Amino acid sequence: MSAEEPTARRVLVTGLATTWGGQLARALESHPQVEAIIGIDSSEPRVELERTEFVKVSNRHSLLARILRAAEIDTVVDVRLAVNSVAMTPAEAHENNVIGTMSILAACQESDCVRRLVFKSSAHYYGSEQDDPAFFTEDMRRPHRPRTRLERDIVEAEGLVAEFAHTTPRVGVAVARCANVLGPGLDTAFTRLFALPLVPMILGFDPRLQFVHQDDVVRALEFLTLSDLGGTYNVAADGVLALSEVISLLGKRPAPVVPPVGTGLLASALRVVGVRVPEELLNLLRFGRGLDNRKLKAAGFTYTHTSREAVQRLGEHLRLEPVRRGLEPAYTYEREVEAFLRWSPYVRREGRGGREGVEADHEPLGI
Amino acid sequence: MASDRTPLGATVEPAAEEDQGPPGTEVALPAEPEARRALMPAIEPERLVNDWGRSERVEGAIDRTLYEFFYRYWFRVEVEGIENVPDRGGALLVSNHAGALPPDAAMIAKALRDEHPASRRLYITVEHFFKGYPGFSMLLPKVGGVAAHPANVHRLLYDEGECVLVFPEGRKGTEKLFKDRYKLRRFGRGGFVRAAMRAEVPLVPIALVGAEEAMPVFAQVGLLRKLTGLIYFPVTPTFPWLGPLGILAYLPAKFKIRFLEPIDTVALGGREAADDRALVQTVAQEIRARIQENLHDMLAERRSVWFG
Repeated sequence: MSAEEPTARRVLVTGLATTWGGQLARALESHPQVEAIIGIDSSEPRVELERTEFVKVSNRHSLLARILRAAEIDTVVDVRLAVNSVAMTPAEAHENNVIGTMSILAACQESDCVRRLVFKSSAHYYGSEQDDPAFFTEDMRRPHRPRTRLERDIVEAEGLVAEFAHTTPRVGVAVARCANVLGPGLDTAFTRLFALPLVPMILGFDPRLQFVHQDDVVRALEFLTLSDLGGTYNVAADGVLALSEVISLLGKRPAPVVPPVGTGLLASALRVVGVRVPEELLNLLRFGRGLDNRKLKAAGFTYTHTSREAVQRLGEHLRLEPVRRGLEPAYTYEREVEAFLRWSPYVRREGRGGREGVEADHEPLGI
Repeated sequence: MASDRTPLGATVEPAAEEDQGPPGTEVALPAEPEARRALMPAIEPERLVNDWGRSERVEGAIDRTLYEFFYRYWFRVEVEGIENVPDRGGALLVSNHAGALPPDAAMIAKALRDEHPASRRLYITVEHFFKGYPGFSMLLPKVGGVAAHPANVHRLLYDEGECVLVFPEGRKGTEKLFKDRYKLRRFGRGGFVRAAMRAEVPLVPIALVGAEEAMPVFAQVGLLRKLTGLIYFPVTPTFPWLGPLGILAYLPAKFKIRFLEPIDTVALGGREAADDRALVQTVAQEIRARIQENLHDMLAERRSVWFG
C-alpha cells in the first residue's frame, strides 16, 4: 500500500510530452523498484530524462500492444487526457480523449502482462451546476448531463475506463480526478484568466473554487502508480477559495463585468470576433466546485500545498513572468544525444543512482 | 427553504461499478467521526472565507449593524429554551418558516450567537435556486447559507459538528398567504429526520412567532414571478410598491423564539434506522405536531402582535 513497498515494476507512461508525463517519469526514475520506464507520445518530451525510454508513437493500439508485450510492462499510467480547451481544439481533444483512451485500453486488454492501470482524469467529470453538493465525493455522479464537449469527452473516457475495469478483472484500475491545477509553466484556462491584469467575474457571483498544485498532482500520480490502490480518487488540495479571495491572493483586481444573463451568448459573440472563451470556465465562474479530498488522504497521501498556497505560488510565478520571458528553454530533446547518453559504451555510468544493473536486461526500443 | 428538487433525504446515486478492479485494494473513508475529522482540510487562519464560502468579516459587519438593529430594536426578539441546543457537536434545528424574504433564519442565527452560552455558529440551508441568482449567490454563502443538499447537511452535522437550521416547509412556507398564517405546511418527505439520524445528532424543534406579521404576504403574482425569474413574486405592504428594497421593509412585529426539547436520534436507532421510512415519517409528523402545538400556545398567550 505504501510507496516504499519494494515490488518491481515495469512502467509505461503515455503522454510523455505533457507536463504530467514528463514530471511523472522523472519522479519514477528515482525509485529503484521501478525497473523500466517507457514513455510514449506523438511529440518529443520537454524535460530531461535519465533512464526513461522515449518511443515516438501515435495512439495505434496494435503498436502499443507490441510495445507492452515486448517490454513486459505491468503498469500503465495514462496521463494524456486533455482537460482544458486551451490546449487543443475540440476535435483534437475528442480524438485524444475518447479514441486515444479506447486504443490504450484495447492494448492493455491484449497484453496479458499488464496488471495495473492508473488513469488521470479531471474533476470536470462532476461538472459545475446549480444543484451541486458543496463537496463532491468519488461515489457521486454528476446531477446533469455534460454541457460542454470537453466534459462529454471526459465522462465518456471515464466510462470506457470503468467498463474496462469491469471486463478485465486482472488489471487493477485507479482513477485520479484532479481539481483545477495551478503551477508554473502550465497553460490552462485558469492560468490564462489569472494572468489578465483585471480578472473578469460574472456580476453577482463569487464561486467557490478549489485548486491543486502541479507538484502535488505529480506526487499523487507517483503515489498511485507505486501503490496497489484501486478505485477513484479526488486529487484536490485542502481549502476551497472564493474567487474574490483568489484574486486578492494574486494581488490583482476583480472586474465584475460579465453580465449574469446571456453569458453564453456573449461567449459565442466573442468567439466570432476571435476571442475564444473556454466553455468549461463559464459554469465554473458561476457555480464553482469543491471536492472532498479525504479518500486519497485516508490512503496515506499527503499534500504539500493547500489551495491557497498553490494560488500564492502562481502569483509569484506571474510576477516573475515578464522578467523571465524570452529565456531559452532549459532543455530540448535531441534524439542522437539521448541515444548516445543511454547506449554509448564511452559514457561512464558509475555512481548514477539506480542505473546500474538496470542496464543489463535493457534493450533499446525503437529509438 | 429546503429544496423541492433535492430533498434532504435523497440518496446520492452511487456511480456505476467503476471502482471494482479486484486486484487493487480500495480505500474507503473511515466511519468513525474522529478518524474522519483527522482527514478534514487544515484550517488556515489567514483566510478570509472558509471552505463553505462563509466570511466572518462580511457576517460580522452585517451582524453588528443590520441584524443587531432588527434583533434588539425592531423585532425585540425574546428567546426561550436556548439551553436545548447542545454546547458542542452537531445539531439539526427545525423551524417553522414565514415571510417573503424570511427574517426568521437570521434572527435564530443571531439568538444562537448572542444568547447561547457557547455562542454557537449556525449554518442555514437554502434552496439551490439562490446559487443561480446573481447577488444572492454571492451574499448568502458569506453569511452562512448552504445549499440544502443531503451531502452538505451530513458533512456539517457529522464531520464538522456544526449547528444546521432547516425549514422543512421549504418554499411552501414562505409562499403561503397571510390568511394561512401559523398553519404549518407539509414537512417535506421527512428528509431532515433522516439527515439527523444518519449523522446521529439531536433534532431541536423551534417554534417562532412574529415572522408572519413582520411581512404579511397578501397575494402571489404568477405572471410576474415568471417574468422576473424569482421563485415567487409576493405582494406585501411594501413590495413591489417601494421597489426591490421594499422586500426588506419589515413591520415591527414582536418576535418570540422557543427552542423545544431536543429529540435524541441515537435513541431512535441512529444510523441503522435512518432508512426506516415509517419511523422517519412518524418522527417528522411528531415534530410538526409539537411545533404547531407550541405555536398555538404562544399565540394564545400573545396579547398584541406588536408588543407581545
